[in-house]
Amino acid sequence: MDPIREKILKPSKETRQDFVGKTLSYASIFLIVGVVLAIFLFVASKGIATFTQNKASLVEFLTGSEWNPGANGSNGRPLVGALPMILGSFGVTLLAALFATPFAIGTALYMTELSSKRSQKFMQSVIELLVGIPSVVYGFIGLTVVVPFVRDHFGGSGYGILSGSFVLFVMVLPTITSMTVDSLRAVPKYYKSASLALGATEWQTIYRVLLRAALPGIMTAIVFGMARAFGEALAVQMVIGNATLLPESLLAPASTLTSVLTMGIGNTVMGTVSNNALWSLALVLLLMSLIFNIAVRFISRKGKM
Amino acid sequence: MKKAIVSFVMLFMAVLFLAGCAGQKSDKQNITIVGSTALQPMVEMAAEEYQRDHSDVSITVQGGGSGTGLSQVQAGAVTIGNSDVFARELPGIKPKELVDHTVAVLGLAPVVNKDSGVKQVTMSQLRGIFTGKYTNWKQLGGKDQKIMVINRAQGSGTRVAFENNVMQGHKMLKSQEQESNGTVQRMVASTPGAISYLSFSYINKDMTALKVDGVKPTAKNVKDNSWKIWAYEHMYTKGKPDKMTKQFLDYMYSDVVQKNLVTALGYIPINEMKVQKDANNQVTPIITDEVKQDGSN
Repeated sequence: MDPIREKILKPSKETRQDFVGKTLSYASIFLIVGVVLAIFLFVASKGIATFTQNKASLVEFLTGSEWNPGANGSNGRPLVGALPMILGSFGVTLLAALFATPFAIGTALYMTELSSKRSQKFMQSVIELLVGIPSVVYGFIGLTVVVPFVRDHFGGSGYGILSGSFVLFVMVLPTITSMTVDSLRAVPKYYKSASLALGATEWQTIYRVLLRAALPGIMTAIVFGMARAFGEALAVQMVIGNATLLPESLLAPASTLTSVLTMGIGNTVMGTVSNNALWSLALVLLLMSLIFNIAVRFISRKGKM
Repeated sequence: MKKAIVSFVMLFMAVLFLAGCAGQKSDKQNITIVGSTALQPMVEMAAEEYQRDHSDVSITVQGGGSGTGLSQVQAGAVTIGNSDVFARELPGIKPKELVDHTVAVLGLAPVVNKDSGVKQVTMSQLRGIFTGKYTNWKQLGGKDQKIMVINRAQGSGTRVAFENNVMQGHKMLKSQEQESNGTVQRMVASTPGAISYLSFSYINKDMTALKVDGVKPTAKNVKDNSWKIWAYEHMYTKGKPDKMTKQFLDYMYSDVVQKNLVTALGYIPINEMKVQKDANNQVTPIITDEVKQDGSN
């Protein structure tokens, strides 16, 4: 055959590269989607079994406060009231976000608007350092510093939602700060220039222009921080007290979905009510992280200018 | 750069491939042990020493909790399941399929924060504290200080053992729950008014171990059951253990382990017990020759 014809008809080296590259990336996509789906299906099937197999009532699960899956209530159904944990999880999450947001916005404004290049770099590495600290370390600090502090200055035993929020506050602070920095940096330069040119002071520009323009981004940052707080297990578990009681106050021992999960899973046997009930909690966690994700999308779409 | 990436990927694949092969080709026999975190350190150390003399066996020891241990051994996924509780005490386990090997005895004692001012209680007072009948240390002759009960997680081996020996079917009040002996140890030492229970090896001078009915929590008192709060450490196998596993279990019963390791880690050697306890918490004296010999030592 004509060598030139042959060369044209045969796939070139570049075509093969193209093919290999595509195959690899598709394979990775399928693998990841497959893993996510598998996790979701597994948790869902286990979590729903509590209600289908073990005949627990869904209403009781969401509104009941008696958590003792191994035992049956007076109506013969397992006691799976998860309200204390659900409230505990939301309590620490919201409080932590509430504490962290002002500090995060302040730090972010300092880093983007006020500081010199050098101190900005310094703050950046401080925040990165905070992200890198393992949660068990935070928990340990919480146990030895935060809990006695809360006990001495607020009362109670020191274990409770307030201590949990304090620990989570430090943990979500870097997440919210660095995302807020990003969204402040994304505000077009001419917004600021225009505002200053109109005679606005620096504070007026920051407050009325920069923060307004970056608001969707900041909201997204807060939701991300909340998602992290909601899913945090170890550090919270060490300071919240893990009592499956409805939290009467911020100072009373409470529990979160994650803390009950991590404590119980090794002590139950696969397939029993106690185990399935824990999977139901895991399902709630999974659904919540889904909701947080959807919220982020919603905010960033709504807030587009 | 590109070459580096490609060779890295190749290397990675090769390692994976070899790792896969290694699992199959090895002529060592594997014994996998999973379960109770309380028993884990002892078994780990014993396994390490055992493998030094028996290079043909490879023993893997993991934690995961008594529930995990029992369900995994029942499913045949592991060779031995460690547990702090009798298999029949755990829902979802079929005890008939499993063979029990009790390798040590775990003594438990109620511990309180030093500030409470209480050094001893009666058994019914102790029960009263954990059911919520007593809420202030003043009621028990201590300081005017609220009692803060710290429990272990539901279904944890230590808690089941404590409930069996102390609660007599009464329900524990809902309170704080902690995951591990270590956390409880730190919390009791640092929290005013706190009470919990710990295995003997975790009790230190930063807390007060309560006398119950005038008896001190010591290994000696456990051996003749004058101290009543204790439980067995079990190693379960599915059916009769095979030859290799049996040899390792025999090693666990040997003097090397029982006399040194078991005592050093704060357990009580199984062959020094003068009484035995069944899953229904019935205590009977042991009268076999073996124990008589040990008793005379």
